[in-house]
Amino acid sequence: MKHSSHTPFAIEARGLVKVFGDNRAVDGVDLHVPTGSIYGVLGPNGAGKTTTINMLATLLRPDSGTATIFGHDIQEEPQIVRQLIGVTGQYASVDENLSATENLIIFGRLLGLGRAEARQKAVDLLEEFGLSDAAKRPIAKYSGGMRRRLDLAVSLIAQPPLIFLDEPTTGLDPRTRTQMWATIRRLVASGSTILLTTQYLDEADQLADRIAVIDHGHVVAEGTPDELKASVGVAALNITLDHEKDITQAKAVIEAVLHTTVQSPAPRTLTAPMAKPDGVTDVLIELRKAHIGLDEISVQKPTLDEVFLALTGTPVKEGEQS
Amino acid sequence: MTSTTIVAGVDRQLKNHTSFYATVRHSLTMAYRGLLKVRRTPEQLIDVTIQPILFTLMFTYLFGGAIAGNIASYLLLLIPGILVQTVITTSTVTGVQLREDMDKGVFNRFKSLPIARIAPLAGALLADTIRYAIATILTFATGYMLGYRPDAGLGGIVAGGLLVIVVSWSLSWIFAFFGVIARSASSVQGISFLILFPLTFLSNAFVPVSTLPGWLQTFVNANPISHLISAVRQFANLGTIGSDFWLSLAGAAVVVAIFAPLTVRAYMRRA
Ligand SMILES: Nc1ncnc2c1ncn2[C@@H]1O[C@H](COP(=O)(O)OP(=O)(O)OP(=O)(O)O)[C@@H](O)[C@H]1O
Ligand SMILES: [Mg+2]
Repeated sequence: MKHSSHTPFAIEARGLVKVFGDNRAVDGVDLHVPTGSIYGVLGPNGAGKTTTINMLATLLRPDSGTATIFGHDIQEEPQIVRQLIGVTGQYASVDENLSATENLIIFGRLLGLGRAEARQKAVDLLEEFGLSDAAKRPIAKYSGGMRRRLDLAVSLIAQPPLIFLDEPTTGLDPRTRTQMWATIRRLVASGSTILLTTQYLDEADQLADRIAVIDHGHVVAEGTPDELKASVGVAALNITLDHEKDITQAKAVIEAVLHTTVQSPAPRTLTAPMAKPDGVTDVLIELRKAHIGLDEISVQKPTLDEVFLALTGTPVKEGEQS
Repeated sequence: MTSTTIVAGVDRQLKNHTSFYATVRHSLTMAYRGLLKVRRTPEQLIDVTIQPILFTLMFTYLFGGAIAGNIASYLLLLIPGILVQTVITTSTVTGVQLREDMDKGVFNRFKSLPIARIAPLAGALLADTIRYAIATILTFATGYMLGYRPDAGLGGIVAGGLLVIVVSWSLSWIFAFFGVIARSASSVQGISFLILFPLTFLSNAFVPVSTLPGWLQTFVNANPISHLISAVRQFANLGTIGSDFWLSLAGAAVVVAIFAPLTVRAYMRRA
């Protein structure tokens, strides 16, 4: 029995590398995940998200680099690490032929619960995840959303302090997705730390306290969602005019004030990048002087989509919902 | 989520090894899982239910008259042969199912749990003995209905059945090994068939050895399956233990001694 050093980090990874043949799937990933937070790992297909999780969850041996989970080394104390984590993989990891109850009982028994305890835990979790009605049905007959929920329920049997969620909402409809978000927030409120991967920018933006953007096995950016957006450096001004006829004049006015090019994505709409949000004051004063009426105005931080484009040079698949 | 708060990672008391007691418990749970799966997908049992019945009927009426003169005396020869053939063929399923299991997502979850690494393998081998028992009982039952009445009675039959189950379990380590190292379930099936088909048919299972050409007699007499069949016949017909019994047990022990460590090693490298 070894005593862990007191570290504020649930996960500390340094220089993780995994090579498949000549493909450097993960190529020197560093992660510092604070205890009690939601940490988002954002990246496109094949970025190395799943491979990174598999190494942290002791399913894959890193080719080099080290990582600790609550201070326990993943290679030296794997069996301890496994007692601290719950893993919900990208693909269903429950027994297809068995029912939800049977799955939960078997995993409960494997995790050391007694017969009655395991049964009770199964009932509780099914209730909590709204699966009680389908408890006796084989998983093969479940919908995608039900499978994801059961998968997560199984990961929570032992109430692990760290939970890995690999693309928890991929393939879910908007309503189920929102439910999954609520579940994730509740988990963190009860004291868990969560590392989740996603391809959806709005998801990382909504849920994560910190985000690591990875691409081709590299962390290309790390920070809070706001920091990441700020790192791209510009805000965007959106103006909708009252009358279409003013568009040319309005465009000239704004260009003169902000010294940039102004786009017109729709007949009455103009957008312009701004170095600082207070440029908007000067724009509004000049438009008033020119007697141009405004229907709507907004100043937006760049979306994570724009952040991603700026950081990696390639656009990312848009979230299905937004 | 739940009303209880989660105990912080740094405050937990944890051990990095799994005790022997826990290993046994995990293996039993995995065996229970195997049995549940059989209950959920009974079609898995086709090989241990239909095959012994079909083979017994077929061979009895096809060869019974020609080989032994009458059905009752042919059954004394045939039933131990069918029994050994069926149960040993069943032992290949261990490898096929192990491969299928290891290719599934659920296996990743087993790997992420703080359980004994060996439990899924041990559980699979354990659960399969139930299949051997089913095949054994059905073969004897079919034989009985056709008129199989060995002299040593129930005691001899039970002893013979147990011997076959023990030997098949030992052989299942061979197929478990292929299951662990093979790429796909169907390749395991192929390898197993190639090994077993000649061994079970080129034995004394269905015909008296004296009717065979000389070179084949040599092979059949050297075939370990023949010794196992002879041992079962001796149990059932005479109620005694002879050299064939000891040879079969020794052979089984050798197989386990070689393949258990090989399988466990290969398996642990992957698990
Ligand atoms: N077992 C494996 N053998 C060989 N190559 C692999 C293996 N697993 C992953 N890869 C490769 O490693 C790279 C990273 O894969 P990974 O699954 O980690 O990506 P990901 O970010 O999870 O992608 P996705 O969003 O599609 O799930 C990919 O190029 C993939 O083809
Ligand atoms: Mg993935």
